Amino acid sequence: MITIHHYLGLSALLFTLGLLGLVIRKNLIIMLMCIEVLMNAVNLSFIAIARYLNLMDGHVVSFFVMAVAAAEAAVGLAILVVLFRNRQTLQSSDYHLLRG
Amino acid sequence: MTETVLFYIFSSITVLMVLLMIFQTNPIASAMFLVFAFFSLAALYVLLQAPFVAMLQIMVYAGAVMVLFIFVIMLLNLHRDELERERFHWKQAGLIAMALAFAGFLINHFVKIPVLPFREVSASFGEVASVGKVLFSDYVIPFELTSILILVAVIGAVLLGKKELE
Repeated sequence: MITIHHYLGLSALLFTLGLLGLVIRKNLIIMLMCIEVLMNAVNLSFIAIARYLNLMDGHVVSFFVMAVAAAEAAVGLAILVVLFRNRQTLQSSDYHLLRG
Repeated sequence: MTETVLFYIFSSITVLMVLLMIFQTNPIASAMFLVFAFFSLAALYVLLQAPFVAMLQIMVYAGAVMVLFIFVIMLLNLHRDELERERFHWKQAGLIAMALAFAGFLINHFVKIPVLPFREVSASFGEVASVGKVLFSDYVIPFELTSILILVAVIGAVLLGKKELE
């Protein structure tokens, strides 16, 4: 039988995988996609707990998380385009201007 | 019983797709795997009796955000040598092991919390009208603020995308 444990465990696993991808990969596009995975893991957690507590608030907060994630993806991709236009590279190891 | 089988099918599809997404060289392939992951995640939302959020997930995430990603990837027009040029480092194996250990720690922590099984919820749980009732009564201020946020994001994205004036 599926309890809330299964869903929370899946959410934790997805979050960890997104974090792993964010740290391992150097391609900025993949890093942005891993940030989306992080947000989706949190969304799953919200929906599961909403079902568990029989409250609709989790669904509404999930709606907001989706809206914010979409806005953030748009702005992040615009920044990525400008970065690529100026540096011609998308490797995060090539951006070391702030390194002392 | 059906719910158990469906949960394991969709959750394993999601985890597999996210894993495949992380370890791809080609960003378009990564985007495609992520779209698949979002679809199976929407199926999990339907299992949790959240049909509205499931449809929103498909429309917003798979249908808008990932399409935007693919547009940008195609717009950048990366050549094969501009893609990631890293080989396998032992550092990566260490990071993967650390991530697995962290996931194991979190899951171990979660399953120790005593919980009850899922209760029966009303048939209108998760429906559009129920979400709307809560959204426009308790959460109306964040709703309006979100619309301003999206407006700001649109203005910012357009401004960032402009070519520099000579």
